[in-house]
Amino acid sequence: MTIPEPGHHESTDAVVSVRNLAKRYGALTAVDGVSFDIYRGETFALLGPNGAGKSTTIEILEGFRDRSSGDVSVLGRDPQKADLAWKAQLGIVLQSSAEAAHVSVREQVEQFAAYYENPRDVDEVLDAVGLAEKAKTRIGKLSGGQRRRVDVALGVIGRPQLLFLDEPTTGFDPEARRHFWELIRSLKADGTTILLTTHYLDEAAQLADRVAVIANGRLVEIGPVDTIGGADARVPVVRWRDAGGLHEERTHTPAAVVSRLFAAGAGEPRDLEVIRPTLEDVYLDLVGTQVTDAATTTESTGAAHV
Amino acid sequence: MSEQTLTRPAGPVPALPRGRGIRLGLARIAYETRVYFRVGDQVFFTFLFPVVMLSIFATAFSTAGNVGTDPDGSGGISQGAYFLPGMVAAGILLSGVQNLATDIATEKSDGTLKRLGGSPLPVISYFIGKMGQVFVTSVAQVALLLVVARVAFSIELPTEPEKWLTFGWLYLLGIVTSAVLGIALSALPRSGKSATAVVIPIVLVLQFISGVYLTFTMLPDWLQNIASLFPLKWLAQGMRSVFLPESFAAVEQNGAWELGLVGINLLIWCIVGLVLCRLTFRWIRKDS
Repeated sequence: MTIPEPGHHESTDAVVSVRNLAKRYGALTAVDGVSFDIYRGETFALLGPNGAGKSTTIEILEGFRDRSSGDVSVLGRDPQKADLAWKAQLGIVLQSSAEAAHVSVREQVEQFAAYYENPRDVDEVLDAVGLAEKAKTRIGKLSGGQRRRVDVALGVIGRPQLLFLDEPTTGFDPEARRHFWELIRSLKADGTTILLTTHYLDEAAQLADRVAVIANGRLVEIGPVDTIGGADARVPVVRWRDAGGLHEERTHTPAAVVSRLFAAGAGEPRDLEVIRPTLEDVYLDLVGTQVTDAATTTESTGAAHV
Repeated sequence: MSEQTLTRPAGPVPALPRGRGIRLGLARIAYETRVYFRVGDQVFFTFLFPVVMLSIFATAFSTAGNVGTDPDGSGGISQGAYFLPGMVAAGILLSGVQNLATDIATEKSDGTLKRLGGSPLPVISYFIGKMGQVFVTSVAQVALLLVVARVAFSIELPTEPEKWLTFGWLYLLGIVTSAVLGIALSALPRSGKSATAVVIPIVLVLQFISGVYLTFTMLPDWLQNIASLFPLKWLAQGMRSVFLPESFAAVEQNGAWELGLVGINLLIWCIVGLVLCRLTFRWIRKDS
């Protein structure tokens, strides 16, 4: 596994520190020796396929689950022994929404605002999540995406130092997702440290300073969005088709390859593409390798508990 | 695997002020009560149910003649008056046990409790909110029941202050016991969907064997003995001592109101309920 590099940060800046974290359910190992740090003010994305251990990890950090071994520090506390003062500094958006069908959006946000010492303004938060016009609507009458925005409102109302977002934009339409990104950027500008899990790689690329990729409970890669997977993973690919079928060539000089093809063949190559790997391509490479490895070497780590 | 341990510098976590638990608990009473009256089936099957049942009994049996008449057929009290104390006791049971057991089981399964567990709301505030909601709705329920009894069915209510004093302590002990038993029972249903299916039969059977809908002494002795293990029988008996004429004491199980035993039995159930709450209540089941 990759040992995280503190880089230019001082280690005292770490808002979250995780060392050799493991979580076992009987014979099943959901999280297996994961280590990373999240620094103050950083937006950190945890990526991985379903069942990779993302949610288990985030719920251990939130204090909802106990770890089997390793050490965890969140805002200088052990989440397993943390108190209400600690919870008052966190914002938690869980993977699934709670019901509260008979309460209006405003009533619910006001209710949660009362739990915190220095909450944000209720109207500002409703505005920021795009629910100002639904303030008087009962939560039970909202669409799935709108309910998710209530969850986000409740997560940020307490002005948290550290915000956990577990797949926050599931069910959002593209416009709502853009709107949500703006909200996250403004929270980041306020100095909020954010831990995000998501299935949308473009979302991670848009928001995260650094990403970590988890597969089969293990950390397979960690680093800034534009460097993970290493330089080789980002080498452009030239793809074309001829009588012999589909061809691919990885090259640092795609223009040279294209002009060689043009010179060698009879004019324009068919289906010509020059592809610069996105975060999604890099990620799929990382996860794909890991899953294939795991399938051939061991069955025991199988599908992890989420 | 080497076990690294982290050093923990004093984190930037400011302390919370004292007295928050009570303040937030009082705020939650208003929130909980507001939500209670928005749930239609809750209002009908918990809040209005005793009033509906009293109305049905008083109307259906209005031609059946009075209860406890003199040998010449005069005197006695109406069927409605006879069943009123049982309905008061049933209302207390419904407002506490049925209401909280289904409500909390539902909140457990729909994610409400998990969300609250991740917030800085103290557990005590949650319970103050629930107990307060039970108290407010149950006082309103009993008041409505007595007003309907008096106005719609011309049932005489006691005038002696000592009867109302007895009513006062019985009511308070009854509602607190009922509320804590409701919280304890909320641990039983496996899901929110099954909550009413688990809770309502328990509550319904108790009402039938505890002298709410059927005259207690009509039941066979063995069933009376089983019912005497549960609190509703005692609460109903206590309420009969308040609302029925003294002469009715003679037809009780042991020929007396036995208010001392009523108090002791309710108190035991109250303590059992508190212990069960302490042992079973969690915001979430970790690692489930």
